[in-house]
Formats: sequence, C-alpha cells, structure tokens
Amino acid sequence: MGEIKKIKNLKEFSTSADRFEGANLLCPGCAHSIIVREVLNATNDDLVLSASTGCLEVCTAVYPYTSWDASWIHIGFENGSTAVAGAEAMYKALKRKGRLKQPDREPKFVSFAGDGASYDIGFQWISGCMERGHNIMHVVLDNEVYANTGGQRSSSTPIGGSTTTSPAGRVSYGEKQNKKDMVAIMAAHGIPYSAQVAPNKWKDMVKKIQYGLEVEGPVFINAMSPCTTEWKFDPKDTMMISDLATDSLVFPLYEIIDGHKLNITYRPKTVIPVEEYLAAQGRFKHLFKDEYKHLIKEWQERVDKQWEMLQRREEAGV
Amino acid sequence: MSMENTGWDGFEIGAMLRSFDGPAKDIALTKQEDRNYSKNNSFTASVADWRIIKPVFNKDYCIDCQFCWVYCPDISIISRDKKMLGVDYDHCKGCGICVEVCPTNPKSLLMFPEQKDTEEAIAEWPEKEKKEK
Ligand SMILES: Cc1ncc(C[n+]2csc(CCOP(=O)(O)OP(=O)(O)O)c2C)c(N)n1
Ligand code: SF4
Ligand code: SF4
Ligand code: SF4
Ligand SMILES: [Mg+2]
Repeated sequence: MGEIKKIKNLKEFSTSADRFEGANLLCPGCAHSIIVREVLNATNDDLVLSASTGCLEVCTAVYPYTSWDASWIHIGFENGSTAVAGAEAMYKALKRKGRLKQPDREPKFVSFAGDGASYDIGFQWISGCMERGHNIMHVVLDNEVYANTGGQRSSSTPIGGSTTTSPAGRVSYGEKQNKKDMVAIMAAHGIPYSAQVAPNKWKDMVKKIQYGLEVEGPVFINAMSPCTTEWKFDPKDTMMISDLATDSLVFPLYEIIDGHKLNITYRPKTVIPVEEYLAAQGRFKHLFKDEYKHLIKEWQERVDKQWEMLQRREEAGV
Repeated sequence: MSMENTGWDGFEIGAMLRSFDGPAKDIALTKQEDRNYSKNNSFTASVADWRIIKPVFNKDYCIDCQFCWVYCPDISIISRDKKMLGVDYDHCKGCGICVEVCPTNPKSLLMFPEQKDTEEAIAEWPEKEKKEK
C-alpha cells in the first residue's frame, strides 16, 4: 500500500482485480463503466468513493445490490463531491487525533459524477471542494447530456447536439450554446491538477489518475464518456466513437498543473475531420441537411481554434 | 407504517449494503474467485438474459493483447496471469465491444446468436482475411 501501482503495459494492467462489478444495470456498451474500471484499477490503495445521482449511481446501487467493492456513498445529485470531501476531512481529523483504526493504510478519496451533476447542479459544491483544498479527486463522466432522466441538455452539451430539451427540427438545429470549459474553470481555482481523459487512451488515463491520486490537494478529471443511448450509436462502437473524438481533437487530451502549466498529452498521428466524428452519431444527424451544413464548417473552425489555443498555452509554459 | 402517522424521524434515513461477508481486506489484491461476495453484491446476479447475441472466444488466434479486457464495460473478459481465458456469460451484456477491439486476423472473438452452440461457432470460424492491395 502507498506505493504507486506498477502498470507498464496492458498485459500488466490486466492482472488487476476489479473493484467494480458486472450485473449492474448500465446500458450495454456504456462508457461510464469502462472509465470507472480504468480509474479504480489504476491503484491498489483503499478507496472511499461516491457517486452523484445519474446513470452510474442509479445503475450500480439498485437495492438489494451494490456493484462496488470499496466504501461507496451516495447522497444526492449535487453533493457527491462534498460527501467525499466530508469523509476526507473526517479522516484527517481522526489522523490528527491518532484515532485511525488502520493508520498504516491511506485511502484515496474519489467522487464520480455526470456532467449534469458537475457542470450544472453540483457546480458550487465542487467549486467549494476545490477552493477548500480537500485531498480528493472529482471525476466527471462527461456524456454531454442528462442521460439518466431521458437526455436533457446540460451546459456540457455542444452546439448542434439534439437533445430532448434542445431538439433539432424545422426551426432549430439543436443546442445553441457552446460547451462550458470546465477543465479551465476548475484549473482557475489554482488546484494542483486538472486534466481531460478518454477511455480509449487507457495509458494516458492511468498516468493521469495515478498522478492525481498522489498529488496533495484537489484534483479535477473530465472523462469523455460516449453514451450509446443519447449520442445514438450502436453499443459495439463505443471505442470507435472514442477514437474519433480524440483523433478529431473534439476531445483533446491535456493536463493543467498547479492551475496554469498546460501539457498536451496526446497528439494524433493523423487528425480526422470533425465531420467524421459528427457523422457517426445520431444526435448530429440533422447537421448534414443542406440548411445546417454550414454548422459543420463552424464546428471544425471551433475545434481548430481550441487546438491552436492549447498549443499556444503549452508553448508559453506559463 | 402509514405515511400519515409517521414523522420524518420515523423513516429509515439510509441503507448500508455489505459487498462481502466477513472481513474484507486487500480486495484489490484478491481475484474474484477468492472473494467472499455477499448476496448483495451484483456479482452474484446475472444479466445473461439481456443478450440476444454473445461473443464466442476462439483461443487459437488470440495473442493475449488484453484490449478486450480493458474495454469490456462489464468485467466479463476473464483474464488471469496476462492470459485471456474466456467470457463470463453471467455478466456479459452482448455489447460487442470486445469483438470490435480484437486486433487479430481472423478475430479471436466473434458475435453469434445467443442460442448458438460454442463448438459449432468455432467450427464455422472464418479464414484469415486477405488484405486488399
Ligand atoms: C437535485 C436534483 N435534481 C434533479 C434530479 C433528477 N436527476 C436524476 S439523475 C439526473 C440526470 C443526471 O445527468 P448527469 O449528471 O449528466 O449524469 P448521466 O446520467 O448523464 O450520467 C437528473 C436530472 C435529482 N435527482 N436531484
Ligand atoms: S444512457 Fe448512456 S450513460 Fe446512461 S447507462 Fe446508457 S449508455 Fe450509459
Ligand atoms: S460483448 Fe460486451 S459485455 Fe460481453 S464480453 Fe464483450 S465487451 Fe464485455
Ligand atoms: S482482444 Fe482478441 S487477441 Fe486480444 S486478448 Fe482479447 S481475444 Fe485475445
Ligand atoms: Mg451526463
């Protein structure tokens, strides 16, 4: 315990004993569980976990079952982060008073929440955790929609995405607002580590999770989570969609250290046109009609601009 | 207990489920087969009836790359000592991701109808696909 788990390659990683179980009720092909497995398997340390209301929580704690093999708490939609922060504060207090039952074991504190629970409804709770400096990691399962309640838009839904509350049709092309930049907002709290990850890049994920679990202080992780139901693609294609997302740079992978130093952690060998990413998902189908086609060009321009900005920030090294 | 006659204090304010029977230490170092799962652990449940198609494993072509293990959402690829051993059909939901990510030619995992006999499936395994020039 206490040592960083050695994961040199995928074969070594596959000797992990999962602490997340099957026969949960997540959809076939759901990326939430792929992400959770990669996060939990990155460490052998004891874990104190939480999940905010959302697909992950609702599908893994259906009475009389739990799918979690570690201490796990659920309270509400907005306060998974504070639940874990409370446990962490209690742990610190007991430690200070010399009252820990197993002082040799240092647990890691991780809260999982959806984009709805993080970008919108739990926003101030997370911000509070970051600002108070708890030694916790908050992981967003970012499927860009309130999936669990039937696909309403969140402030993570990107422009043009059709959702039940921003439906595309004769008068609208879907979501009008741009996706909120949560990694930047969280980094602006001056926290030691914030990063964006994706399930297809498991090695990048493990590296970032291990760094985040070791560093002292709050950590924010935004994990892209393709949702077969709401993004509208075949369950077998979850990893293909993830590859399109990272290789089109729609979801660039990077980290921000100490609130300012930005490193890009993945550079695709061949950058794929954003159009291919959009075309693979039903939620963007309408963008290929003549009247909305100009939006695809705008998408590409936005992604190019974002990539340019990230590269400049990395170069500047400030 | 009727709602009308009960104050807030009368309700259960939470529930706790134990994942394991007896003491549980170093679960991260204990393989599933050596764990003392409680009846409340979803490991003891099955979602086999969700499937209409299932992945069949043909070990003849497998190179133990473990892509199927890492990307299976449902902890249904059984890998031990860096070797892929097979599919856990109690927990597999038949999504087909493992087949998509399998890099061998022919694939070492393929989807078949749920009722298909495994030996029959293996007998029908496709030949190596020729690369188009
Ligand atoms: C305070 C509060 N508001 C609304 C809800 C209803 N609700 C439950 S889950 C959910 C959607 C969750 O969306 P997200 O956080 O993105 O997670 P996902 O299901 O997409 O993984 C909503 C709106 C609730 N449980 N509590
Ligand atoms: S709706 Fe989406 S996020 Fe929710 S369980 Fe299904 S695939 Fe996963
Ligand atoms: S079909 Fe899906 S759930 Fe079943 S073993 Fe393959 S990846 Fe896992
Ligand atoms: S992905 Fe295919 S080759 Fe790799 S371990 Fe799985 S079955 Fe074997
Ligand atoms: Mg969501």
